[in-house]
Amino acid sequence: MKTLFDKIWDAHTVTSIQDGPTQLYIDRHFCHEVTSPQAFNGLRERGLKVFRPSQTTLTADHNTPTCNQDQPVKDPVSKKQLDTLSKNAEEFGLTLYALGNERNGVVHIIGPENGYTQPGMTIVCGDSHTSTHGAFGAIAFGIGTSEVEMVLATQCILQSRPKTMRINFTGSLNEGVTAKDLALYMISTLTTGGATGYFVEYAGEAIRNLNMEQRMTLCNLSIEMGARGGLIAPDETTFEYLKDKDFAPKGNKWNEAVEYWKTLKTDEGALFDKEYTFDATKIEPMVTYGTNPGMGVSITGSIPTLDGLDETGKISFKKSLDYMGFNPGEKMEGKLIDYVFIGSCTNGRIEDFRTFANFVKGKKKAENVTAWLVPGSHRVAQQLIDEGLYKILEEAGFEIRQPGCSACLAMNDDKVPAGKYAVSTTNRNFEGRQGPGARTILASPLVAAAAAVTGKITDPRKLN
Amino acid sequence: MEKFKTITSTYVPLPIENVDTDQIIPARFLKATNKEGFGDNLFADWRYDKNGNPKPDFVLNNPTYSGTILVAGKNFGSGSSREHAAWAVSGYGFRAVVSSYFADIFKNNSLNNGLLPVIVSPEFLSDLFENIHSNPKNTITIDLEKQTITNNKNGKTEIFDINPYKKECLLQGLDDINYLLSKKDKIEEYEKNRIFQY
Ligand code: SF4
Repeated sequence: MKTLFDKIWDAHTVTSIQDGPTQLYIDRHFCHEVTSPQAFNGLRERGLKVFRPSQTTLTADHNTPTCNQDQPVKDPVSKKQLDTLSKNAEEFGLTLYALGNERNGVVHIIGPENGYTQPGMTIVCGDSHTSTHGAFGAIAFGIGTSEVEMVLATQCILQSRPKTMRINFTGSLNEGVTAKDLALYMISTLTTGGATGYFVEYAGEAIRNLNMEQRMTLCNLSIEMGARGGLIAPDETTFEYLKDKDFAPKGNKWNEAVEYWKTLKTDEGALFDKEYTFDATKIEPMVTYGTNPGMGVSITGSIPTLDGLDETGKISFKKSLDYMGFNPGEKMEGKLIDYVFIGSCTNGRIEDFRTFANFVKGKKKAENVTAWLVPGSHRVAQQLIDEGLYKILEEAGFEIRQPGCSACLAMNDDKVPAGKYAVSTTNRNFEGRQGPGARTILASPLVAAAAAVTGKITDPRKLN
Repeated sequence: MEKFKTITSTYVPLPIENVDTDQIIPARFLKATNKEGFGDNLFADWRYDKNGNPKPDFVLNNPTYSGTILVAGKNFGSGSSREHAAWAVSGYGFRAVVSSYFADIFKNNSLNNGLLPVIVSPEFLSDLFENIHSNPKNTITIDLEKQTITNNKNGKTEIFDINPYKKECLLQGLDDINYLLSKKDKIEEYEKNRIFQY
C-alpha cells in the first residue's frame, strides 16, 4: 500500500545513496531569468551541454515590465538578465518564451496552460512556487541554482526523501470562500513552519470540488507552510482541463496516458507520517495582518493579542505589527487601503479575473485605490478580451497591464510605495516584498475586489 | 567548494524568528548574473537606511559583534528558493548558521555552497543569545567530523544532525554534480525502462 507521493517518487528513483539522498529523475524543468544565469555559467565552466534539451522550457517573467513590452526594457540591469536568458537559450538549444511571445507569462501559469504539466511527473524550477504544478498530481518543487545546474547537466537531482502528510478537508466551502481562503486558513492554523520536511497530499470533498485553477492556488501556497510541495490526485477535472492543451498527449497517446494517470492515487490504508483534518464549512474569507503568510485571520475577526507568546515570539510579533502599522486586538474590517494587486502565480489565472470582474461589474473602483491588474500570461490576457471581461473591468475603472510577476516580488517598476497598504492576491506579505516599506495584506480575488470598490477591507459577502 | 574544517569563533546574534529570504537578500538585488557581491547586500533593508547609510542599531553594523557564525531565531530562511540567500550569507563571511529550525530549501542551498546549517535545541539557542548578551566575546565551536556544537561559555555540547552524504561532501569540498555526472549510464538505463514515457 502506497501513497500517491510514494508511487511517483519510486517511479523516478534512478539510484539511492546509502544513508544519503535519492537520485531523482526529472521529467519537466522550467527556468526563468533570475535563478538560472549562474547555472548556465556553471555548465560553461565545466564544459557541459544540456543533457535533455526538450525537457527544459524557459520563460521571462520575474524582471519584466508590465507596460510597453514591445519596447526595449529600460532598466539596464534587468535588460542584461533578460538578454542573458535569451543568449543561454540559443547557446544551449532550449525553447524560450521571451517577452511578447504568445506563450510567455509567469512560469507556473504557462506550464499548466500549455499542457507541459501532467499527472505523475516530477517537475522542478528554480522557484519555490513550483509546488503549483502539484495540482495535477505531480511531484513538483522549487530548487536552488546549483540544482538547476544539476538538472541541466544530468536531468537528475539529489534529494532526501521528504516525509508525507495528508490534509483532509471535509464538507464544502461556503459561498464567497475560495481556495485562497482555505490555504490562508490552513497556514494560519499550522504556521509557516508547520509542514517543513513534508510533502503534502490534499484530499477530501472540498478538494474534489475545486476546479483546476483553485487547486493550483492551494498547491501554490503549500510552500508557505514550509512544505516541500503539495499535490492532489488527478481525476476527471484534471483530465478535462488537460485535454487538447498544446503539449498534452494526443490521440492514442492520450488514452494511454489517462489510463496510467487513473492509477495515480493513494491506496486505501496507506500510511502518512502525519495527517490533519479540517472542516471546510467553518472557513471564512481570510486576510493577513502581519508579515508572514501564517499571520492570517478571518475577515470578520481581529488581530490576535500578545497573550501566550514567549519573549522571542513577542519581539517578532511586535516588530511585524509595527511594520504593518497595526495594533494587537484590532478589527481588520474597515481598515483603509491604498493599492489592490490582482495577479501572480497564486491568483493570476483566468478564473481569478472572472471572479474579480463579476464582482466589480456595475460598480466603480474606489477613488483612493490604485489598482494593478496583471494577467499571469498572454493567454490569460487574450481570454480577458475574448470573454468580454476586459470591457467590464474598464467600465468599472480598472486598467489591465501586461503579463509578468510584477508587484508579486516588485523586481520591476511595480513597487508599492513605503507605508502604503496593498490588498494583494499574491503569496507573500514579507517586509518589503512588494517594495521597500510596502504593507501587504494577502487575500482572495473576491476580497480584493471588495476592497477595490470600497477602498477598505470589506467582507465581500456583505456587498453583493 | 571549500572544505569545511572545525571552527571556533565569536558569533553574530539575530534573535528574530521566521527570517525569510526576502530579508536575507531583497528581490531587487537579484539581478546579477554571477554569484559574487551578494554579501554586501545581506539583510540590506535592515542594515541600510533609504540613503544607503548603515543603521547603527542593526547587529551587523554593531562592532561589538563579529565572527564567522550567525545565530538566528527559529525557522531561518523561509520563503523563496533563491540560492542568492545562501550566497549572501556565505559571501558576507559566515561559514555556519545556527538556529533551532531551518526552511528546507535554504538548508539545501546552504549545503550546496559549503555553508553549514546547524540545528540546535531551543534551549541551546536561547543560551547562546543570553551568553552573547553578557559577553560579546563568547565563542562557539563547531566540529563537523564529530557533529558537535559547543557553547564555550557554559561548556554545553549538542550533537547535530546532518545527512552522512552531505557531511562527506562538505568535508571533502565536493558537490552533487560530480556525483551525478558519474552516473550517466544509470540515467540512460533508467530512461529506457521507465513505467511511463512522457
Ligand atoms: S508570480 Fe510571484 S511567486 Fe509566482 S513565480 Fe512570480 S515572483 Fe514567484
